[in-house]
Amino acid sequence: MSEVTKTNGTLVSVDGVEKIFRRGSEEIHVLRDLNLKVPAGEFLALMGPSGSGKSTLLNLIGGLDRPTRGSVSVGGERLDGLAERRLAAWRARHVGFVFQLYNLMPTLNAERNVELPLLLTHLSKAERRKHVSAALEVVGLSHRAKHYPRTLSGGEQQRVGIARGIVTDPTLLLCDEPTGDLDRKAGDGILDLLQALNREHGKTIIMVTHDPHASARASRTVHLDKGQLSAEPVA
Amino acid sequence: MKFLPLIWSNLKRKKLRTFLTLLSILVAFVLFGLLSAIKEAFTGGISINGANRLVVQHKVSLILLLPENYKARMERIPGVDLASHQTWFGGTYQDPKNFFMQCPVVPDDFLSIYPEYILATNQLKAWRETRTGAIVGRKSAEKFHWKIGDKVPIKTPIWSQKEGGDTWTFDIVGIFDGKEKSTDATSMYFRYDYFDEAHQGERGQVGWYTVRVKDPNRSAEVAKLIDKEFENSMAEVKAEPEAAMAQSWANQLGDIGLITTSILGAVFFTILLVTGNTMTQAVRERTGELGVLKAIGFTNAQVVVFVLAESCILAVMGGILGLGLAWVIASGGDPTGGMLPMFFIPPRALVAGFGISVVLGLATGLFPAIQAMRLQVAVALRRM
Repeated sequence: MSEVTKTNGTLVSVDGVEKIFRRGSEEIHVLRDLNLKVPAGEFLALMGPSGSGKSTLLNLIGGLDRPTRGSVSVGGERLDGLAERRLAAWRARHVGFVFQLYNLMPTLNAERNVELPLLLTHLSKAERRKHVSAALEVVGLSHRAKHYPRTLSGGEQQRVGIARGIVTDPTLLLCDEPTGDLDRKAGDGILDLLQALNREHGKTIIMVTHDPHASARASRTVHLDKGQLSAEPVA
Repeated sequence: MKFLPLIWSNLKRKKLRTFLTLLSILVAFVLFGLLSAIKEAFTGGISINGANRLVVQHKVSLILLLPENYKARMERIPGVDLASHQTWFGGTYQDPKNFFMQCPVVPDDFLSIYPEYILATNQLKAWRETRTGAIVGRKSAEKFHWKIGDKVPIKTPIWSQKEGGDTWTFDIVGIFDGKEKSTDATSMYFRYDYFDEAHQGERGQVGWYTVRVKDPNRSAEVAKLIDKEFENSMAEVKAEPEAAMAQSWANQLGDIGLITTSILGAVFFTILLVTGNTMTQAVRERTGELGVLKAIGFTNAQVVVFVLAESCILAVMGGILGLGLAWVIASGGDPTGGMLPMFFIPPRALVAGFGISVVLGLATGLFPAIQAMRLQVAVALRRM
């Protein structure tokens, strides 16, 4: 994404964002006048208690939702103004998602799951296979390519999820509590992998977590509480 | 094509449910195929060959006879090219279950007016030379293992012989084929002169006439002239196009078209609900997965196409299998043992069936597809 150079190394820019959900006549202010800059190549941990708006912020940065006010730009492109179809194409090109519960397709084996984002590209079948095999190798699961999610452990499923997230070589990897459903050992393995992707492959990663052990692996941690950011945890 | 494994994998998700839905669609299309064959058996067989033919019967009822000398009078009416008569013989072969149509006819008139019956020249010659000669359609010849030279006894409850007895013996001198699939190749025809001399009762009586008109566009006008010719006679007549006559005969049993359409309407409406419910359930169950697809960049339109493709594959598979099974059943021939001699599924019904299966797939997939399209990604991901 060459636009990064135009933005002085800032990949993600969240400016004056508010997000309000409406439940009947009630308005719930999830994010309030929030500002955040994420430089390219950073591994950012987003911490905060449940209901603090972490996942909502991640969804806005990933173009899965739109802010009520303010703007979200990634690589110099404002997401809030993009039409639904262009936003989907943007996600396919620039973002990889890793979910807490892996969100794999139970009816597809590991390599087919990893291949999913590539179906939206113009790559040939052989090229797709090559990319899938490389992604599975990065996450150390080449030997489990033909296995279905139900036959994989939680840690392995999350690795498949990460392989799916990186297979298109996206600019940004967004992880929503990637270790939240794993035991310490498997979680550490995933954090090692994310750290390696950041350090060795230069991936910009934003990770939502409420586990201090996980956030310690990030290069920077910001805290979110009642819809606002702070550098230090709120007491 | 690259999306096919994804669509196919969703159909395999709940194998039993998919199988049962497929089975219900299959049964509906078997019914569609067989009812199409029944409808064809009642109303078909009047192909382009019959466009220039009128059927003239007694005005009161088909079972009342007409004088044989009406032939000459009819042929004098302007617009009439040829008149040929037939008489219902109502016989069976060996067993009452072996029922099929037999009629005494004048060979040359009959074959001239029905060019769809193909008979070898030497067999026609033999028929002209053999008073007790009969020709039979290939289907019946094969069914009863008859060959040329056989003497076959036909028992009739209607026509007794002068010498007594109700079993007539005919010499098979020819076996005819139908020009088209819809041509009846089960009937048997024998010579009227032999019949007229040999049966008890009044001479010179026939069942009905088939009249060939010179100009098919003037059929209605010629029919009126025929009716008028015999007005106020001992045997008034009713002339109508062959197709209309076949239709009115079928309608004696009821409006076959309406009956079959009503049954199929009910069946397909039920299938629409069953398959629609299955698809809605299938889509609701994987709301989270659809959210993932959208998150990684699949557009709303692509998600709609996936859901519609899934329902269409299910419906078309069920349709093709059902129509195929119906075709196999219909290929076995008339299941009634003679009541429906032209029992087959017309190709247009197969095409219509395929079209219905596509429409069924689109209709059942539409609502869940719209649901999937409207799904908000962030909301859907929370339901994983």
